[in-house]
Order: sequence, then structure tokens, then C-alpha cells
Amino acid sequence: MRSLSRLTTAGVLGAAALALLTGCLGSSDSGNSGGQDANRNADAKTVELTIGSNSVKGGKSSAGATFLEDVLIPKFVAEQKGKGVDVTVKFQGDGSDDEVYKQKLSLDLSNKSGPDLFQIDGIWVGEFAQAGYIKPLTDTVGDAAKVNDWDGWKQIPESVQALGSYNGQRYGVPGGTDGRVLYFNKKLFQQAGLPADWQPKSWDDVISAGQALKKLPGVTPIQINAGTAMGEATTMQGILPLLVGTGATINTDGKWLGNTSQLRQVLDFYHQVYSTGLGDPVLQKEAKGRDKSFAEFAANKIGILGESDYFWRSVVEPKQGVAKMADRDSAVGWALIPASKPGGGVKGQDFVSMSGGGATVINPNTKFPQQAWELLQFMNSAEMVKASLDGAAKITQRSDVNSEVLASDPMLSFIAEKVLPITQFRPGLAEYPKVSAALQQATADVVAGKSTDAAATAYEKAVEAAAGSKDKVTSN
Amino acid sequence: MASASAPARGRAPARDVAGLGVGRAFGFVAPAFLLIGAFLIFPAVWTIYIGITNYRLTGVEAVSPSIVGLSNYTKALNDALFHNALWLTLVFVLGSAIIGQNILGFTLAWILRRTRPAVRRTVEAFTLLAWILPSTVVAYLWVAFYDRDGGTLNSLLGTQGTAWLIDYPMACLVVFNTWRGTAFSMMLYSSALQAVPPSQLESARMVGASGWQTLRDVVFPHIRGHVLTNTLLISLWTANDFSPFLLTKGGPNHESETVPVYIYNVALQGGELGYSSAISFLLLIANLLVSLVYLRLLRRRS
Repeated sequence: MRSLSRLTTAGVLGAAALALLTGCLGSSDSGNSGGQDANRNADAKTVELTIGSNSVKGGKSSAGATFLEDVLIPKFVAEQKGKGVDVTVKFQGDGSDDEVYKQKLSLDLSNKSGPDLFQIDGIWVGEFAQAGYIKPLTDTVGDAAKVNDWDGWKQIPESVQALGSYNGQRYGVPGGTDGRVLYFNKKLFQQAGLPADWQPKSWDDVISAGQALKKLPGVTPIQINAGTAMGEATTMQGILPLLVGTGATINTDGKWLGNTSQLRQVLDFYHQVYSTGLGDPVLQKEAKGRDKSFAEFAANKIGILGESDYFWRSVVEPKQGVAKMADRDSAVGWALIPASKPGGGVKGQDFVSMSGGGATVINPNTKFPQQAWELLQFMNSAEMVKASLDGAAKITQRSDVNSEVLASDPMLSFIAEKVLPITQFRPGLAEYPKVSAALQQATADVVAGKSTDAAATAYEKAVEAAAGSKDKVTSN
Repeated sequence: MASASAPARGRAPARDVAGLGVGRAFGFVAPAFLLIGAFLIFPAVWTIYIGITNYRLTGVEAVSPSIVGLSNYTKALNDALFHNALWLTLVFVLGSAIIGQNILGFTLAWILRRTRPAVRRTVEAFTLLAWILPSTVVAYLWVAFYDRDGGTLNSLLGTQGTAWLIDYPMACLVVFNTWRGTAFSMMLYSSALQAVPPSQLESARMVGASGWQTLRDVVFPHIRGHVLTNTLLISLWTANDFSPFLLTKGGPNHESETVPVYIYNVALQGGELGYSSAISFLLLIANLLVSLVYLRLLRRRS
């Protein structure tokens, strides 16, 4: 008897919970009703806007949140007051993991709510666009000329605009960005008889510099991120820059790159580095391998290392870096990442790079699309972009601001002037994280001694599973 | 649920305990009920439910997941990485909990039994430190201990250049977890051994029983329940332990990817919440089965 009633209780509870769940997860149509008047509330005298961002004062990206709340919003409100419009702008900060923030945002957007303007990682743009959560700026604002005539576009390099674009359409305005180069230790280069202004023109040049460095005792010549422990750093700093150096991109015309000659070429390069003592295979397998590689570089134990400007700004930075180098400015050199051979890179380039960064987009369901566009332009004006830096040197989306604020930092100027024009971005598609994981696994296999062919075959299988079918994957 | 006033035919009315109305009695247990419901039953049911959907962390399925029946479970059946994780978890539990912590803990307790209380307390305090310190702290100490360049272990053994965590990840984890958890077993067995009557030990010595015989025929019957309870507890803790992630992230190449680490990797790296929930549920079932076996053993009269 007693067990029976206990069962009933559990059953009732379970059923209640399920009902609750299905309620929570109730499918909502993620399509957009569309057909809204883009000029709704265009002449309103009282306007309320919200800016959403994954940053919070005193927490994640604190400086960004502080700038938005204390500088940008009051300035915008004052500017609008001059036009006789009473604007209230709320900042809706968040300080969670990117994936969690993304999910919250997705839920909001699918329910046609959420902030009027929000910042997202550039890699989410395609995914959000596919899901119908965001629309091209020209649709939301309703007037193509109004969007395209904004003078800010001229200051944002075409390649950087890709951060806020999908399928050739602008969905948002990119924020700051970064770029990847090969850093090298000039002291070690000198000992190895290599030039202080080293600029390799092909992968072979990188290998031969590595071979010269190999003669130095206790020095790992090349650190090119590999394996699964480094996660996305392996993809962004290792595989993808090499891949675009073969002329291929990871996703072309909606098809993922499978077991192709270009992929095998990249894996062969990894094999060459890690099987001939030019790189340290063990470091790629350690849980803290990337941090360790930073420490080793700072201790003059690594000759060449592929990284983004983050490495210069926050890792070997003499005062506050995680692996400080007191003599950074004289000891650390940088060079463009060469294509596999001159002219062999994507678009026939001699040199290549990969970049990441965010974008600010307008919620298609905003009550005030025109005012949101005004705020977006204001946020990305030279004055505001410069103010957001608060005196720090960082690569912004705007060339005019970059040339002004980066003048004192040759490394960051180099990224802004030389790297951004030739850079590539990851495809913002939902399958990307899985493809990225498969790429990392392929390099892990090669580092562990598997043959390039075996690694590439296993990779293709994983990509087919991620893409959902064979015909979404190219191979040759 | 039958109400007290109108019992269904053939069913005893709900007993009115201590003169309280059933409704009022419910009022008393409601807070506990709500808490357990909110923090135990609801998440468990939620996990089971998510496990039959294609729910993802991001993308379209994050917003409108659909029910996919048992396909996550059939996927687990054919997932070589999951099988690998199960096997490694078994190795981890067997090596570090059932064998390592149990035997080491008992041995220490047995040795300390006759030492002066001051010595015993000192040793206990030190062993306990390993158990009390946050696992993150302990894990990083061990990462440094095993480290290839300048790690303590290499200096001790003169094996410079050996990357222990890369070459022998599971062995490293077993040693680490044995060291970390021994204290608990030791404390438990220390108190259990108090229950062995000294007179019996004395007689065993008089009839010239070997140490092993004494242990088997005199000591063990008294502490059998303790051994089973302890083994069950530490096995479950170890099976659900996440600290391997801190030492190896499950690597190199999934060689130390126990089930909890695999769940994490599937959920956060692949974003597949549906699949990871299904695996979590399988882990729960496995834990329940193990617990049932132990309870059976406990109930069996020796």
C-alpha cells in the first residue's frame, strides 16, 4: 500500500515537472513575422532603448561595461536632447560564459524580445541570421541608402566588415578586432644567425629557421598550437592560418572542407614540425600547454610562436602580462604568416592571417528601429570608439582611430595596417564548433604519430557527422 | 491519492497519525518536500527529459528542441568514446578507490591503532589535509609534481624529461586520487577497529594465528559493514569525480577521459546538452546499480 502511494506521489511530481518543462521549452516559432514598418515610431519624442552586452562592471570585460554606462549613454542622451528627443538608454549587462550569454540571447530573440541593440561574437552572426533572429541592417532600418551612406563604413576595412556580415549582407557594425602573426625571439634568432627583421615567404622558410634554431641547446624552435587541450587556440592560431595559406577556407559556398589535398598539406606541416624535433609534442597534450608555451617563450625557450596581438598586449607585456618580458620591446619580433608558397594563399595572397572579434546588431523587433540605428552609428563614431579605449592601445574597427591611437605601438600598428587587409574570419555557422573540434583532433592525431592520411580520413568522418550529410563536405 | 474522508473501496483510509488531519500533516512536510522537489527531483526529471530531446546549447535546437526518443541512448551504445570513458571510469574507481584508498586507509588505520594518541592524531591531521583542501589546489600541486620540466617526481627519481601525465595519465590519476582520498578511509577504519574486542585479538595471538588469519577471522567480521559502506561511498565519489579534468582535461587523446569529464566535453565543447544529459542519466543508473549490489551485500547475514 505504502509503496503504491509513494509511487503515485513520484508519478504526480514527475508529471508536474514534465508539464513545467514542456512549458519552459515550448517551441516557439523562430521565424520572424517580418513586414513590420521600419519607420515605426520614427518621430517619437520619448524613446527607450536597451543595449545588451556580455560585460558587467567589476566583472567580465568591466572596462567595456563602464564605458557604455558612464560615457556613451549619457553622451547619446545629451545629443538627442539637443534634437528635442527624450531618450532613455538602459544598459543590460551580463557576465556569464559566452555560451550561456548566447543561449539567453537566443531565447530572448526567439520570443521576439531582448535588447534593442546587442553585442555578439562575430562568429554568431551567421547562426543568428540563419535562425532569423537578426536581419540585414537595410531591412531593419528600411532604407538601404540610409545605411550604406553612413560615413563609418569607409573607415572599417572590408575584411573587418565581414565580422558583422553574413552572405554578403551587413547585419551589424563590427567592434574591435585582432590579428595573428608569427612572433619570434630576436635574442635566439641572433644566436642562431637569423636576421632580426625576419620575414618568411613560405612554410619552407619557417621550417629552415626552425632548423637553425634547433642547434641551440634547450630551445624549442617552433610552437604552432596543436591538439585538443588548447581548444579553439589550436584552430585559430594553428590550423586556420595554415589552411588559408594553402588557398582553401574551411567553409566554401556552404560546404565544409573535408579530406582535401589542402587539409593534408596542413597536417603534413604539423607532421614535419612535430616529428622532427622542431616542435614539442608533449606541450600540445598538456592540460595547461598554452599557458606553458607562454612561460617558455618569455623564458627564451621558444624561437617562433604563432599568436594574436593578445600575446603582445596581455602575455609578454612588461608590466601586467601573464608571462612578462621586461625586454619585450627589443626582444620580441613579429612577421606576417606566410602562405605555403608565394601567391599560394587564399585570393592568391602571399601572406595570410585569421581574425576574430564582435559586432553590434539591431534587434529586428525593436520598437525604435530608426533611433537604434542612430545609436549604433553614434557608438561607432570615431569619437566614441576612441573614448572606449580609455587611453589603452587596442585594435579598433576604425582605421582613422587606429592610425591615431596605435601610433605609439609598432606591433599593433602592424596588425592594423598590414594584417587586417589580408585577414580572414571564421564562418559563423552552427556546425562550426564541431568542425573546429574535429580539426583539433586531427592535429592531435598527427602529433601523436598517426599518419596524415589516417588523421585526415578520421577528420572527414567527424565533419560529415557534424554537417549532417556527405554532400555538405568537399573532398578531393 | 485517496482522501481520508472517502476511502476507495477495499483500501484502508489514510492513517491519521498523532491526531493530525492529513492536510495538516502535509503542511508540515511541505517545506522539505518543496526543497527536495526543487533541488533533487526536478533536476533529475529535467535531465531525463532533456536526454530524450535534441536540445543544444546554441542554435535552433536551443530554442525549439524536439523530442527524439531514445536516439541519444542508441548513440551512446555505439559511441566508442563513451565506451572508452566507461572503461576508464572503471579503472579509476577500481584502482584508486576500491584498491588504493581502501587498502592504504586500512593499513594506516591498523598501524596507527597501537601508536600513541599524539602520534596518531598528528598523522591523521596531515592525511586529512589532503582530503580537506579544495580539489583545484590539490590538482595543481600534483600537476607540478608530475611536470616534465622541473617536476618534483622527476627530481626524486632522476627521470628528467618524463612527462608522466602524458605518458601514464591513468596511473597518475589513480595515484593522485588514492593520495587524496585515503584519509577518509583511514578515519573510518580507525573508528571501526575500536569495535574489535581486544580479548579476541589476544586469544588469536595465544593460539598462534597468523596475521592474515587474525585479520580474516577476527577483525573482518567486526568491520564488514564498515568496509562495504566505505567502499560504496568512495566508489561513488570517485565515479563522479571531476578532478581528472583539472590534471589532464581527459587527454592526451581521450586517454584519461572518465565519464564526468566526457559529459562536460560533450556538453560544453559540442554543445550537445541532449546527448550529455542522456549519458548523465546512464551514469546515474550505473551508480544506482552499484549501490544496490552493495546494499544486498550489506544485508546478507555473514
